[in-house]
Amino acid sequence: MKFGVLKFPGSNCDQDAYYTVKDVLGHDVEYLWHQQGNIGSTDVVIVPGGFSYGDYLRCGAIARFSPVMKAVQDFAASGGLVIGICNGFQILCESHLLPGALVRNDGQRFICMHVALRTENVQTPFTNALKPGQVLKIPIAHGEGKYVCDGDTLKQLNDAGRILFRYADQDGRLTEAANPNGSTDNIAGVANETFNVFGMMPHPERAADPALGSADGRLIFESIVRHFR
Amino acid sequence: MARVRVTVTLKPSLLDAQGKVVQGALQQLGYDNVEQVRIGKYIELTVNDGGDIDAQVKEMCDKLLANPVIEDYQYEVVA
Repeated sequence: MKFGVLKFPGSNCDQDAYYTVKDVLGHDVEYLWHQQGNIGSTDVVIVPGGFSYGDYLRCGAIARFSPVMKAVQDFAASGGLVIGICNGFQILCESHLLPGALVRNDGQRFICMHVALRTENVQTPFTNALKPGQVLKIPIAHGEGKYVCDGDTLKQLNDAGRILFRYADQDGRLTEAANPNGSTDNIAGVANETFNVFGMMPHPERAADPALGSADGRLIFESIVRHFR
Repeated sequence: MARVRVTVTLKPSLLDAQGKVVQGALQQLGYDNVEQVRIGKYIELTVNDGGDIDAQVKEMCDKLLANPVIEDYQYEVVA
């Protein structure tokens, strides 16, 4: 199987994602430049973190209309797996591949720290290597990571098990104190209706190698690989 | 040429964290009567005449200039 990592002007987590796939997991991976209108023979698209197009206008707003995103939208519509991380999550929301939006953190500050995430649904291509309720230690690094959506959308997400991760404390309790950015219902990551598109604010690719303080993020990538077996 | 003034603001249901901080700063300066501060974006477009500018601008706002999930917009076309 082959992964493709998108590269926009301003992407800065593309190399971490590439490293995780190639050196940690040992799978094929290639970069996909924002100007290209196709994604070649890619089986999984990673939309990486960073500040695509300088985050001008709104995070992800300009990236949405890049040629490569047109190809990613077609790929997603035909059932292809797409994972968006941080700015990648923002881009997927702006592209309407995922519901809701990411707005300024409640505390106004850019937050860079490890958080605990509680696994909410393990029957997806992105979480099948995890145990229900498993708590992962994964870093966040964002200024605009507060997930918001309207009440109807929230109900749909909850009813269909589309919230895959929530911010929690070490013991998996969903407290206000454990919510770093004010996200609705402690939401850290959501999937689309057909569970082939997933976005999360925390950075699993920055926690896939034990040398980085946690290797919990690796389980998300291993889930994707397992899905293809 | 027509000039178009677009204002984009966060939906009232959403907390405007930036506005709240600015409100605090204003109150610290003694402006205790400031009830609320909402911060938005102002976008000015210069558009060549011809075509239905009004409809075009609405489309631009819906597609790109505002995100209808979190923002409201208003615009006026100034001849």
